[in-house]
Amino acid sequence: MSLFTEFPAMGRQDLRDFKKAIDAGFRDFSRQFGESLEEFFSPLLQFLVWLEKLLISTPWPVIILLVAALAWFGSRSVKIAVGSVLSFLAIGYFGMWKDTMSTLAIISVATLLCIALGIPLGVLMARSDRVQAVVTPVLDVMQTIPAFVYLIPVVMLLGIGKVPGLIAVCIYAMPPIVRLTNLGIRLVEKEALEAADAFGANYKQRLFGVQIPLALPNIFAGVNQTIMMALSMVVIASMIGVAGLGVPVLRSISNQYLALGLMNGLAIVALAIIFDRVSQKYGERLQSHRRGTQHD
Amino acid sequence: MTESKSGAEDGAKGGTKIKIENLYKIFGAQPRVALARVKRGVSKRDLIEQHGHVLGLKDINVEVAAHSVTVVMGLSGSGKSTLIRHINRLIEPTAGRIMVDDRDVLAMAREELIEFRRHQASMVFQRFGLHVHKTAAENVAYGLVIQGMPVDQAKAQSHHWVERVGLSGFEDHYPSQLSGGMQQRVGLARALATDAQILLMDEAFSALDPLIRSDMQGALLELQAELHKTIVFITHDLDEALRMGDSIVILRDGAVIQQGNPQEIILHPADDYIFDFVKDINRARVIEVKSVMTPGRPAGGAAVTVRDNLVLEEALQRVAGAGAADVVDADGAVLGSIHLEQIIAGIARPGVKGGGEIRYK
Ligand SMILES: Nc1ncnc2c1ncn2[C@@H]1O[C@H](COP(=O)(O)OP(=O)(O)OP(=O)(O)O)[C@@H](O)[C@H]1O
Ligand SMILES: [Mg+2]
Repeated sequence: MSLFTEFPAMGRQDLRDFKKAIDAGFRDFSRQFGESLEEFFSPLLQFLVWLEKLLISTPWPVIILLVAALAWFGSRSVKIAVGSVLSFLAIGYFGMWKDTMSTLAIISVATLLCIALGIPLGVLMARSDRVQAVVTPVLDVMQTIPAFVYLIPVVMLLGIGKVPGLIAVCIYAMPPIVRLTNLGIRLVEKEALEAADAFGANYKQRLFGVQIPLALPNIFAGVNQTIMMALSMVVIASMIGVAGLGVPVLRSISNQYLALGLMNGLAIVALAIIFDRVSQKYGERLQSHRRGTQHD
Repeated sequence: MTESKSGAEDGAKGGTKIKIENLYKIFGAQPRVALARVKRGVSKRDLIEQHGHVLGLKDINVEVAAHSVTVVMGLSGSGKSTLIRHINRLIEPTAGRIMVDDRDVLAMAREELIEFRRHQASMVFQRFGLHVHKTAAENVAYGLVIQGMPVDQAKAQSHHWVERVGLSGFEDHYPSQLSGGMQQRVGLARALATDAQILLMDEAFSALDPLIRSDMQGALLELQAELHKTIVFITHDLDEALRMGDSIVILRDGAVIQQGNPQEIILHPADDYIFDFVKDINRARVIEVKSVMTPGRPAGGAAVTVRDNLVLEEALQRVAGAGAADVVDADGAVLGSIHLEQIIAGIARPGVKGGGEIRYK
């Protein structure tokens, strides 16, 4: 009868040995390769550190100007440009300037990394159904597995620091850009591609002349999502030693500092809204030729 | 019918440009196995119902004369698009041979095929196939850009084609800003800009309104009178086929059921399927005197002469009084004679050759 009330689980001792074996195996692996992995990632680390320092040491009025210019050229909307500048002024006024710069640095690097890896992967997926069948479940796992779970092996391998933080952010933030690149390319109109083939386009001309330009609005939606998801990882990344707006949030959780948590949280939200509006407007302008509006 | 199609008047037609031999195309997982079945006589319908394969083309043998317009006609699903896409190998055949100028298209390696597509054959699509992220001028220049020319140079070089198809002033418009007719003008100019000898047109005008369509047909005929391209023109519309075609190939269920010049097809439809196509056309306006005349013999003492390529409707008016006329060619040489009864018989609906005991479907 106990067979039905209690699940016939593996013996306790066996289970413990099983887990131990995995842990030991991974520990050996990290002992053996941890250092070379760190070396492998060191250019990334240097770039991140350099960017962070640059942003922090740049005089704030310059940054404000830069924000205004980027917001304007991205969105061509006065409202969005003014809103962005006001948000940054408020952030500085409430003493969150430096943390915001750190966050901007890691978000930028993470986004660049996701684009650099994600778009080629998406292109490969669009090219072959087999690659798509293999990659899709991996992306599903990346998006749904709790961040804390993959933090464990990452930290075991690389310790606490910026690089493991960056990796954690990328694992979570990369799937949308891969998926939307794949989708965008697959949705390109068949006749447009057939025309390219009929006129003798080779693989490169087909990809860069037709598929990617026509998939660009979707790819861009992917970039937008990737930025949003990277921002949402800021607090978790700060748990393993990434500087930025996540750190005070974490501190206010353990100490019940309501105001501090709220302010830093709102700063993250402000960044997210700015990125989102600017990149969406930019994406819309990329599509203007489809609706038949005048192009500029 | 005053326009001459491919400068047929100048009689300057070359030999065969494209030769398609024993071409089969079967869509499905195991085309080779299905091919053996088709060769054993399994029908298109049985092939799909019992074996899950689609018979796209069946034993096609077609010759396309150089510098002329060959029309491929058939109902939806008869294999027209499949056939035309074999000529530039957008579709790989299951079996058969395609020769263009004595070169085997199917034997070409990847690079050769790309060169062939860049320089020998260009294509116009039913739904235009324009690149919506490029302007009209950039679309027209596309073939040249693909050949490796810088965009600006390609645009300059292809600009006279923009003018030729009547798009001056619209160079910087995007396809979505153009009407359907204008978009297809872009498509046509793009195909002409590479100077390819062969022009493949897959229902190029089918998506257009009747008036615009007629305009485009006229524009193409005008260009053709000057350029003498080898055109394969697909349509499911008989009027268009008659207006455009120097010769017509009729497809049904992936097989050629009749080919010949338009006159022959109207006068002697090979079966019910074609008869249904041709029965409603105004024969008086299509059939020419030379198709129904008695060759060789002048009509004794007739004072009237008619040109050999006059359509019966007009010949009727001239011959009605005298009852008979001599038929002459462009130089005035007598080719034969025609009697009123022959004209009337030509206008009347024909019977079906071969008795018509087989109903299709
Ligand atoms: N990729 C494909 N896979 C399977 N069957 C196909 C494929 N392409 C075409 N077919 C089939 O081959 C036959 C011929 O199709 P095709 O497109 O050549 O016809 P069509 O004469 O051009 O018709 P339409 O006038 O509708 O364009 C049809 O039965 C079609 O279903
Ligand atoms: Mg078709």
